[in-house]
Amino acid sequence: MADDDDLDLRSLPDDELVQQMQDDLYDGLKEEVSEGVNILLERGWAPYRVLTEALVEGMRIVGIDFRDGILFVPEVLLAANSMKGGMIILRPLLAETGAKQVGKMVIGTVKGDIHDIGKNLVSMMMEGAGFEVIDLGINNPVEKYLEALDEHKPDILGMSALLTTTMPYMKVVIDALKEKGIRDDYVVLVGGAPLNEAFADAIGADAYCRDAAVAVETAKDFVKRKHNQAGVA
Amino acid sequence: MPQAETPPLANRTLLIACGALAREIVDVLRLNDWQHMSVTCLPAIWHNTPQKIPAALRAKIRAAKADFDRIFVVYGDCGTGGELDRVIAEEGVERIEGPHCYAFYRGVQHFEDEADADPTCFYVTDYLVRHFDRLIIQGLGIDRHPELLPMYFGNYSKLVYLAQTEDPNLQAQAEAAASKIGLAYRYRLTGYGDMGRFLAAAAEGAA
Repeated sequence: MADDDDLDLRSLPDDELVQQMQDDLYDGLKEEVSEGVNILLERGWAPYRVLTEALVEGMRIVGIDFRDGILFVPEVLLAANSMKGGMIILRPLLAETGAKQVGKMVIGTVKGDIHDIGKNLVSMMMEGAGFEVIDLGINNPVEKYLEALDEHKPDILGMSALLTTTMPYMKVVIDALKEKGIRDDYVVLVGGAPLNEAFADAIGADAYCRDAAVAVETAKDFVKRKHNQAGVA
Repeated sequence: MPQAETPPLANRTLLIACGALAREIVDVLRLNDWQHMSVTCLPAIWHNTPQKIPAALRAKIRAAKADFDRIFVVYGDCGTGGELDRVIAEEGVERIEGPHCYAFYRGVQHFEDEADADPTCFYVTDYLVRHFDRLIIQGLGIDRHPELLPMYFGNYSKLVYLAQTEDPNLQAQAEAAASKIGLAYRYRLTGYGDMGRFLAAAAEGAA
């Protein structure tokens, strides 16, 4: 039997339930978020709507408060873990319902670097924004990026590094793209704690993304421009 | 013919350092009786927010210029993405070579070779062993949310304790720390490594 203090999510109308799910996601309450997802699906919500209005919007607020120094890494990770719980339910349904893809991204942490917290957040938020994401994981040599680009033909290549010592490897990958004459086939986005815009410019990336929310907005913007150019051509 | 005088040591040298190095630097200064050298630090916890370091370092350098003949910076790049070196170049001071303290304790070249060969090592120093629970377990929220542990350390295979001093008590703490985060344990006594040599050169007036 539930405690008197427990909130019965099923008793809430849709708008209040969505608000509560965003609060639960902010507080890192994974089970509650998953329960909310299931309730909205039972009420006939499309999986994509649940994803965008409850989960992505909740995570967007988390991102803003992280940027403003209100939340710190542990809280962001707990929130991300809650969103991941919801995504596990929604992912197969999104595939079934053929939700439209905004674009495709290959992403991975560069060679010598095993840090993936930021990269995983970007992957999840990109997926939430409607991108198909091929995540290569950690410690990727240039050959692995090239193979993945050849196999998946993405719009975007994303590279991540946490270490000052590994971030120069991004230039190795970009130079390899140039050598093969395929640099302009992809939008190259880079991110990671020690990076900045000047570094992204210096290595020949298209943009530096300081966090997951910026990565999503930047990716959407580039893909939109690409499609507009294709339309004009 | 009068004997040539040995040039006097610079009598006012300031070391601006990361707080995580304070105890070790003070030990080196005391052991060598380098009384002409002073040390001032920025908070070690800024390791977690390195974007705060460059501006604060610039302020420290500017505040000290009138009072000291020489200023040396004992910081790695420490995740500032080259910003620290930009400040250092603009202010005309020198910094110890190396991306972070693990590298200059171990020796930069050795460290880079080892990190290339095995990137799955999580490094700690005497300072980090002493403050492991506060900075790592509590600081990363693992005490309150143990489910976060695999997100932070799932890709690491071992904790490597780069020891500045031979201290059985710290070695036991480091081994316990490795166990707490589910990693194998390795120990390597580095002493002060490149930092000791840098401080010696700074004491002579040139690093």
